[in-house]
Amino acid sequence: MSYARRALAVAWKDLAVERRSKETLNALIFFSLLLLFVFQFTLGGDRERLAAVLPGVLWLGFVLSALLALGRTFLVEREHDCWEGLLLAPGDKSAIYLGKLAGNLALMLVVEALVLGLFAVFFDIDLGRALPGLVVVVLLGTLGLAAVGTLFAGMTANVRARELLFPVLLLPVQVPVLLATVKATEALLLGEPLAAVGHWVKLLAAADVVYLAVSLLTFDVVLEG
Amino acid sequence: MVKTLGWLAAASVAAGLVMAFGVAPREVTQGNVQRIMYVHVPLILASYLAFVVLALASLVYLVRRDEAADRVAHASGEVGVMFVGLGIATGSIWGKPTWGTWWTWDARLTSVAILFVMYLGYLLLRGTIEDRERAARYCAVLGIVAALDIPLVHFSVYWWRTLHQPPSLMKPGGFTGSSSILWPLLVNLIAFVLLYAYFVARRVRLLRAEAEAVA
Repeated sequence: MSYARRALAVAWKDLAVERRSKETLNALIFFSLLLLFVFQFTLGGDRERLAAVLPGVLWLGFVLSALLALGRTFLVEREHDCWEGLLLAPGDKSAIYLGKLAGNLALMLVVEALVLGLFAVFFDIDLGRALPGLVVVVLLGTLGLAAVGTLFAGMTANVRARELLFPVLLLPVQVPVLLATVKATEALLLGEPLAAVGHWVKLLAAADVVYLAVSLLTFDVVLEG
Repeated sequence: MVKTLGWLAAASVAAGLVMAFGVAPREVTQGNVQRIMYVHVPLILASYLAFVVLALASLVYLVRRDEAADRVAHASGEVGVMFVGLGIATGSIWGKPTWGTWWTWDARLTSVAILFVMYLGYLLLRGTIEDRERAARYCAVLGIVAALDIPLVHFSVYWWRTLHQPPSLMKPGGFTGSSSILWPLLVNLIAFVLLYAYFVARRVRLLRAEAEAVA
């Protein structure tokens, strides 16, 4: 099997499991809905204050659901003792990483699209003009989150206190992605064009390239034993 | 060898203290408070060195699988986190009388704080994995990811903080470039680098003894 087909096989397996059980997706969507309520309750009804913090709150929602989703990356393999089966896949192990990453990306993008829609409805935001730019920022930001998240999920899968360790390792590393996405989203929602936040988009792209490259190179080491 | 390094470090720290309190001039506007710079700046710079060593040692470990390289990375991480922590603490102590606040979300302070939590996570990962070989592998990967993340953190925090407000109040007192400040600073820098090297050497020896005791 070629490299790409091996990666696709892993992604396909994960998506098929998810499609049939809908275990993660259902819970994640419910969780994001609850987050919207929590934000509303904790921030109060003051519209102006809400508008000022909305970009940050939106990404907080994305990050919190990403932490839950990404942390479960290797849960199926671990719980059902399929870890060895995954390791037995022939050839370069980074294909497994790419497959897992693709599955995670698909899951997160579905949830994020839903959350974005719900945000627009609940907090009365007019996404219209900002949407094309937002899509670019969300795609780049999610890729960055998922790239490191998938690598770290592999690292913490067999470690005790895994649920605790995963966010503690991921969040500090993701500070550049968080700052870039929140700042870019803020500007876009204020009606500025994507070109106005070009430096943030470039930073996101650079971060994605760095994270992907280092993950592809080191994933072999993570899966070794 | 390690002992000599220890005495050298002790002597240079003593010399650094003498320079900081005796030779360096009293800062005009801040007074004696400014002398904390002679500890603050070397601590931060030595911690940067520690994290560079950590990244290089991690890389060497992944390529050669040499346990000695892992021990250097481990020790460097511990000393680096301690130095950054002390650097932040001394900065706070300096900031309170001069800026009027213990902490401000200035670009440089923020990046150093992120560095601190990132490597604290590194030590946490070390602590939770019992299997030595696995801990070494995972920590090497994390060490490399963290090192590559530093430039990204630096740029993002810089833009985040400086695009929408005037250049910050960093560098109180400032580097005038005058040799009366530079020499004491340089001596202290050498002192803290030696201190770092001594701590790492001792810690590496302890880690080796631990590994031998378990084996």
